[in-house]
This record gives sequence, C-alpha cells and structure tokens, in this order.
Amino acid sequence: MQPGEDLMNQEPDATLDLRGTACPMNWVRAKLQLESMKPGELLEMLLDDGDAIRNVPMSVREEGHKIIRVETMEGGFRLLVERAGAGPERR
Amino acid sequence: MMNAQQTTEKATPRAAEELKAGGFIPQRQKGKITVRCKAPGGRLTSQRLEKIAEVARKYGQGIVHLSVRMSPEVLYVDLADLDAVVAELAQVGQEIASCGKRFRVATACGGCEYNPNGLTDTQRLAEEATRRFFGQDTPHKFKTCFSGCPLDCMRAREMDLGFQGMVEPELIPDNCTQCGVCVKACQDGALHMEEGEVPVRDLDRCIGCGDCIKVCAFDAMMPKRVGHAVYVGGKHGKHPHVAYPVAAFVQDEKVLDVIEATIAWYREHGEKGERIGDTIDRVGIDSYRGALKALIGDLVLTQEDLQKPRWQRVFYQGLSGTFPVYGKV
Repeated sequence: MQPGEDLMNQEPDATLDLRGTACPMNWVRAKLQLESMKPGELLEMLLDDGDAIRNVPMSVREEGHKIIRVETMEGGFRLLVERAGAGPERR
Repeated sequence: MMNAQQTTEKATPRAAEELKAGGFIPQRQKGKITVRCKAPGGRLTSQRLEKIAEVARKYGQGIVHLSVRMSPEVLYVDLADLDAVVAELAQVGQEIASCGKRFRVATACGGCEYNPNGLTDTQRLAEEATRRFFGQDTPHKFKTCFSGCPLDCMRAREMDLGFQGMVEPELIPDNCTQCGVCVKACQDGALHMEEGEVPVRDLDRCIGCGDCIKVCAFDAMMPKRVGHAVYVGGKHGKHPHVAYPVAAFVQDEKVLDVIEATIAWYREHGEKGERIGDTIDRVGIDSYRGALKALIGDLVLTQEDLQKPRWQRVFYQGLSGTFPVYGKV
C-alpha cells in the first residue's frame, strides 16, 4: 500500500458512525472495530464535536494506529484511521 | 472507639518522637508499633513487596496498610521485635520511612516513564530527592511530591513543596493540516484558528498540559521545552493552606537545588512547629521568592504572571483574590 496521497484518497474498508455515542463507549466501539480489522486497513470514523474529538483521536494514537486525515463536517469530524501493523502497541 | 485500658500505657512523648523519627508509629494497642516502609514515588520491587508481606505475617497480623503518602505500613509489630523487623527488611534493601518534623519520602505519579499523560520523570526525581534529603530535620514536617502533568494527581498544590510537570508546545506550520483537532483538545482556550490558517497559541492561557501535542496526528504540535511548575506552602489537615505558585518550567537539573534552597530558607525563617506555608504568611512570600530568584532567575513567577488566565485558572476557584501581591525580587 502506498503512503501519502494515494492512501488519503482510498476508500475506507469500514465506517463507524460514533456520533451520538458518548465517551468512553465511542472509543470502546472504535477499539473493537479496529481490532477486528487487518493491519493497514482503513477505518472511517464519524465523531461528535466536544468530548469525543478531544479524547478519541488521542486514544487512537496511543494504541499505535495512524490517523491519515481529519476533516470537519456538519456537527462533528470525519477521521480516516489506518489500523496499526503489528497489533495494538502496548505501553 | 477509644479504649482506656489500651491507651494508658502509651510510649512517653519523647520516646514516641524518637520512634516516629525512625518511622515507627506507636499504636493505640499497648506495645504495638506500626512500621512504615520507605517507597519513594510508591514504587516497590516485587521482591521488597514479598518481604514486607513476609514480615507482616511473621511479626504482625498479616496486615499492611498503605499510608496516604504511598508508604506500606506493617501493622501490629511488637516493640520488642523492631530490630529483627528492620534487619529482615534490610535483607532486600527495604528501608524504613519517617514521620515527624523532617523531610518525608517524596511521592510521585507514574510520570513519563510509563504513564501516557506524564511529561516529567517523576519517579526518578522522587527517588533522587528522597535519597538526598530524606530525614533532614525541618521546623515542622516537610512534604514534597512530583506530579508528571497539570492533571496534578499528586496534588502539588497541597504540598510544602510540590513539583508539577508542564510542556511548552511549538507549532511546526509545514506539518499542520489545519484540521483543528488541537483547538478542540485544548480545554483552556489557549488555541485559536481562523479558517484556512494554522492555529495560534495564547501564551497567557496555555497551562502546558500537552494535550495539543498528544492529539495532533501529524506531528505539527511538538514539545519545545519541558519543566516543572513549583508550588510552595501547601498543606492539608486541620488548617489547610493552598500553595503559592512560585515558578514555571524549572528544569530537572534545578529541582534538587530548589528543594535544597527551600529547606535552607525554611530552617532560617521557620519557627519550631510551623509549616512553611505559615512561615511564608508571617515572613512574606517575597523573601522566599528572592531566595529562588538567585537560583532560577526569571523562572520565578511575578505578580504580572499571576494575573494571567493561565495562573488564575490553577488557583482553586475564588482563592486567587486572597493571595498577597507578589513584589519585585
């Protein structure tokens, strides 16, 4: 898989609409979804403004996944996340 | 409930003070002692933990209590067994802590070694501070702590001398995609962004938590400098005192010097039985600030600094107005 523009324009392998799901359940659902995916696959996440956008991206990064793109959208944010290569990073 | 039979034959005050200096606390039960074990930063090896458990079974009642400052305490030890207990604990390098009017074992959170929020190496500093200053006599008890970030889990603002990690973020404009997540992550309103522009940081509001750095997916917010906010004169207990914020971004290398200078100032000005916060109230904050100024220069906070939202917001709600005006030092 090519990094950079090619990756950014790729279609996500899965989409998770977490709008309306409060912390920490939004992250729990995202984590479970990411764990069910293969390394390198792309997850599109839709997040609320407020607590969700403040916390979930940080958790995504702490688990070692890569955030490829962040876009604002009506009432929230759209994230494109690449599932980490060698399973969740332990720290 | 108080039991007259058990309390009539307590250790005499002088003997009790000597015991406490050694980390042995007379219990309500006649002839029974609580042995406080030293664990800077609350950190123990499994080997030491096992030995403490073994000693508690052999000489106590198999019960250990964790003190409010992270020291494991072996309960119900016979006064007659103290030497044996100390010797057995020493086999694995487990030392005894202290009570009373002296520099206490430093407490710390996980810090940057393993806690995702940690900015400073609190565990190492607690260990070093304890090694260097533990047991030194002071006018009254002297408690220090190391919090790794502005979450301040160790409550630096309630310590005689508290250190709290902080980071100054720096924007790398070339990496920024203007996604705005850092602006959302900042709970202090210290980041602003106009449409199509990169974020701008308001220095007067930034408390140095590093959330913007952690949340940025593109390495556009990076740490520029890391250090410690310093608080002095805090305490809890019957007559609580909120600490004075006195410095920001003190580097690791200066931490032990700040402790040393603070102890020296306290010994010079403090009256017996007086906590340093009360000494400062009596003598004046500027005397202490002057002592720090010689050591860390412009890292000492001024009255102008304290008026900024960044410092107003770290005072407990409504208290900032009760603080004295900081003068020129």
